[in-house]
Amino acid sequence: MKHALGTRLWHWINALSLIVLFMSGLNISNAHPRLYWGDWGFAPEQAWLHVWRFPGWATIPGYYSLAAARDWHVVFAWVFAVSLLLFMLAALFNGHLGRDIATRPRDWRWDAIREDVRAHLRFEFEPKQGKYNFLQKASYGLVLFVLLPLMIFTGMAMSPGMDAAWPFLSEMFGGRQSARSIHFLAAWALCGFTLVHVLLVLLTHPARLLREMITGGKADEAT
Amino acid sequence: MKRRSVIAALAGLLTAGCSKIGRTGTFGGLVEGAEKLSRAAHRTLGGRRPMAREYAPADVSPFFRGNGNVDIDRPDYQAHVAAGFADWTLEVRGLVERPLSLTMEQIRALPQRTQITRHDCVEGWSAIGRWTGPQLSQILDQAGLREEARFIVFRCADDFRGNPYYESCDLDDAFHPQTILAHQLGGAPLPVRNGAPLRLRIERQLGYKHAKYLTAIEAVATLEGIEGGRGGYWEDRGYQWYAGV
Repeated sequence: MKHALGTRLWHWINALSLIVLFMSGLNISNAHPRLYWGDWGFAPEQAWLHVWRFPGWATIPGYYSLAAARDWHVVFAWVFAVSLLLFMLAALFNGHLGRDIATRPRDWRWDAIREDVRAHLRFEFEPKQGKYNFLQKASYGLVLFVLLPLMIFTGMAMSPGMDAAWPFLSEMFGGRQSARSIHFLAAWALCGFTLVHVLLVLLTHPARLLREMITGGKADEAT
Repeated sequence: MKRRSVIAALAGLLTAGCSKIGRTGTFGGLVEGAEKLSRAAHRTLGGRRPMAREYAPADVSPFFRGNGNVDIDRPDYQAHVAAGFADWTLEVRGLVERPLSLTMEQIRALPQRTQITRHDCVEGWSAIGRWTGPQLSQILDQAGLREEARFIVFRCADDFRGNPYYESCDLDDAFHPQTILAHQLGGAPLPVRNGAPLRLRIERQLGYKHAKYLTAIEAVATLEGIEGGRGGYWEDRGYQWYAGV
């Protein structure tokens, strides 16, 4: 099964957006490297985490500038959110979500999951049927429906203008500072996903998988 | 080790690239577009004048941090502090029918609004405080805005290395019911670190908009020609004029 054009476009736009958002986010974190729970927090003794300072090579721009980092962050937040929405709609209508990502009740049987984990431990990643194996579906589902939307909504909850318009957002996360903490944690969860994702591509068929995500690949190759 | 240095080099390359692109006109246009888009989204989703959330007395932070300038090391300001700001005046000028010069006594005699709101700093921290003062709209109505007025500029007594602090907002925010000139924090006169004797509260935007140590408010048609021309001390140094994000 080929990757649809929309999927491929989104994949690369999303990859670029996430890299820019993550690296500019690290620069923003440097402005006040402490995290709090609840609605307010400003002093070291209120913090649940003292974040380490991120070096210039890991941030956008490559020197400390909260103003410039925020510009990058806000521009790519729009690119990220709009492209995610379009991809979700396209994937819903072209059947990608229902056919490839959605799990079936039988996928959740304990022995099926154990079998899939064992296969992964043997470095066997080819699904027996369909496009993706269970762990792939579960992690793509987690990223698409939990982590990526969480980044958007916790980000929106931090904006005072948005908070006036939709106060339920920050309330839902337990306050603005909680939303900020969750934003930080979810960003690192996404970073972790991305590293494992790239690692698994490198461990299987890097050239073929990369080509398929660019050109779509041959329709019969997956069978 | 090799792989790590390759990744570091790639990240460095991307960073260097972004630092370059960041200064070009095209990216500046994108940033401005995103700023307008965010502002339009906030106004569309919440209606024209959504109210910032107000909290209960129990939610107030035990201390309200001072940020930026927390004192003014000048004899004239220190004399005002010693005199309890008895002779402090707020000028209302620019595109108004009746320029005003208000003493603190006159400002305290106006109808007052008290609001418990959350202050969000652009750096990331937040604090909740109880602010009291007259609505800016009352003072603007008293002075009478001329038709050409589009922005309100706030002049401050503090500066950074000789560059005066100032801020500005559009008329939508100027006439918002929660936009007040606060002279009290937590029921007591405003502390020096929080902008004594008078500071702006402009609740739907980030902390740098909330100008402290107010000396004058000016109605203008354009922000061009005022200091750096971008509508505020931090805006002149690259921060967004719309600080609602």
